[in-house]
Amino acid sequence: MELLEVKNLRTYFDTQEGEYKAVDDASFSLNYGEALGLVGESGCGKTTCALSIAKLLPKEGRVKGGEIFLEGIDVVKLSDEKVREKRWKEVSIIFQGAMNALNPVMRVGDQIAEAIVLHENIKKEEALKRAGDLFELVEMPRERIKNYPHEFSGGMKQRAMIAMALALNPKLVIGDEPTTALDVMVQAQILNLLEKLRKELNMGLILITHDLSILSETCDKIAVMYAGKVVESGTVDDIFKHTSHPYTQRLIACFPNVGKDKEIPDEIKGTPPNMFNPPTGCSFHPRCHMAIEICKVKEPPAVSLGSSHCSFCHRAKEIFNG
Amino acid sequence: MKWTMRKRKMKAFGKAVYRNKMAFTGAVILLLFILVAIFGPILIPFSTMDFGEVEDILNPPSKAHLLGTDDMGRDVLANLISGARISLIIGGVATFISMGIGTLIGICSGYFGKGIDNALMRFTDFFLVIPWLPLMMVLAAILGTSLLNIIFVIGITGWAGTARVVRSQTLSVRERPFVERAVSLGAGSGHIMARHILPNVFPLVFANTVLVAAVAIVSETTLSFLGLGDPSTASWGMMLHYAFESGSTSAGAYWYYLPPGICVVLVVLSFTLLGYAFDEILNPKLRKR
Repeated sequence: MELLEVKNLRTYFDTQEGEYKAVDDASFSLNYGEALGLVGESGCGKTTCALSIAKLLPKEGRVKGGEIFLEGIDVVKLSDEKVREKRWKEVSIIFQGAMNALNPVMRVGDQIAEAIVLHENIKKEEALKRAGDLFELVEMPRERIKNYPHEFSGGMKQRAMIAMALALNPKLVIGDEPTTALDVMVQAQILNLLEKLRKELNMGLILITHDLSILSETCDKIAVMYAGKVVESGTVDDIFKHTSHPYTQRLIACFPNVGKDKEIPDEIKGTPPNMFNPPTGCSFHPRCHMAIEICKVKEPPAVSLGSSHCSFCHRAKEIFNG
Repeated sequence: MKWTMRKRKMKAFGKAVYRNKMAFTGAVILLLFILVAIFGPILIPFSTMDFGEVEDILNPPSKAHLLGTDDMGRDVLANLISGARISLIIGGVATFISMGIGTLIGICSGYFGKGIDNALMRFTDFFLVIPWLPLMMVLAAILGTSLLNIIFVIGITGWAGTARVVRSQTLSVRERPFVERAVSLGAGSGHIMARHILPNVFPLVFANTVLVAAVAIVSETTLSFLGLGDPSTASWGMMLHYAFESGSTSAGAYWYYLPPGICVVLVVLSFTLLGYAFDEILNPKLRKR
């Protein structure tokens, strides 16, 4: 049994202008000890996907269709009370922007202990001791649990957030851009730490980012999202060496290369589609350099390109074969 | 470790108060009154119950009676000192009640939003727009004149402004990511309001407390002056009341009606100065560079 299986997830937001299709048919899966990278431009539904899995959607959002199996149990159907009990024990989140996810007027250790006390019937002192252990796990001196968030550097705050996410030994950790706003050195440290912990604790990790280079280093699998859909998924090799979707191609091309000549990479022309009213056919066709007539009318089917590799493009095979 | 840090913070706060001229003046005046309220009765050879002889009535200040005597031959200074105690107690307790109600309603309103917010805020508006003096007078008259009732009446009429301010701050704190994090941890509303929101709105509550205390003391004086105070206690308001009743104003007995008036003004001034200064110290946006 897989740890996580997301099937045809659709998450919509009810707004005054109508239904906003934040996630529209996304599927991916993840096993114990594996790391999955969710990548795509801003607003393509990566975070909404994660929030749907943790059932933390704001009240305007709702899962309209599809299933999310966590160890075989469909979390979409669970009651709020049940989810509140399970969340953090099974799925925890490393929040975007650790700077703000810590309460400035509470000691960091107390905030970690809070997570433990809320779920387990143990004393505060014991929870604090465990918070200390967690601090050691994320390679920080245990006496720092007595500090306030403003006494930490950005990287330390991020480590504290990771410690908090691991407080209850979850099976799945979702890192929502855990390294954005950190400098490259600290970013590398944090990513190495996450990778080490994932292997030691055999937990699943979903890494949400728009930085492809991070994913190639740390993940086993990658799912590329565009306009609420997973447009290509596969192993790191599949995605980087055998790219089979025009969007992925262009996304990779957008990354400047340190070794090469000075040259600003080509951006992808146009803007992401309006998700109140997505384009017909393939949602990428208005910006695609390879679009043909069929792309405008027919939604591309899943094209299997190997046991793990899958692309949603009418011309996937063509691109795959070069 | 915990305490050294607290101490350091208190020291920093003390230093800020010392440097701020407004805060320093306010603190000195207030401290003086608190000391008088605590130790004053020991130093004065008269009690409020020492009724004098006929020849002692409304005597101007003399060596025996530094501030003269009132219309019943009592020492004005003794009354004044006992009044400090009563006024500060009433101010303190009533403020505490006010702040409690205001903070609770403000946080609940801001945190839950929607219908609850609407209901609570309309209720607050009611208390905000209703003329508070007639309301207090009616309440005090219905409940009867005792010290506890006066405290109660002042306490339940003075919270509306605090509720408004706390609500607006709660609205902003509620949207901060650590609240979302606490929700995802599985924390209930009560836990979040008590552990995460309250500590973050507390500086505001603290700065507000001082201003509400000033209003509470004025309210007590007003009510007592109008004859709705507790006749058995010698508050400043009661002194003004008796001074007015006995016609000492027209008799030119300035030593009877001026001291309590000046004391009320000084205490209220000290609280107001402190209030504005705290706001300046605790609110980084107002801090002078």
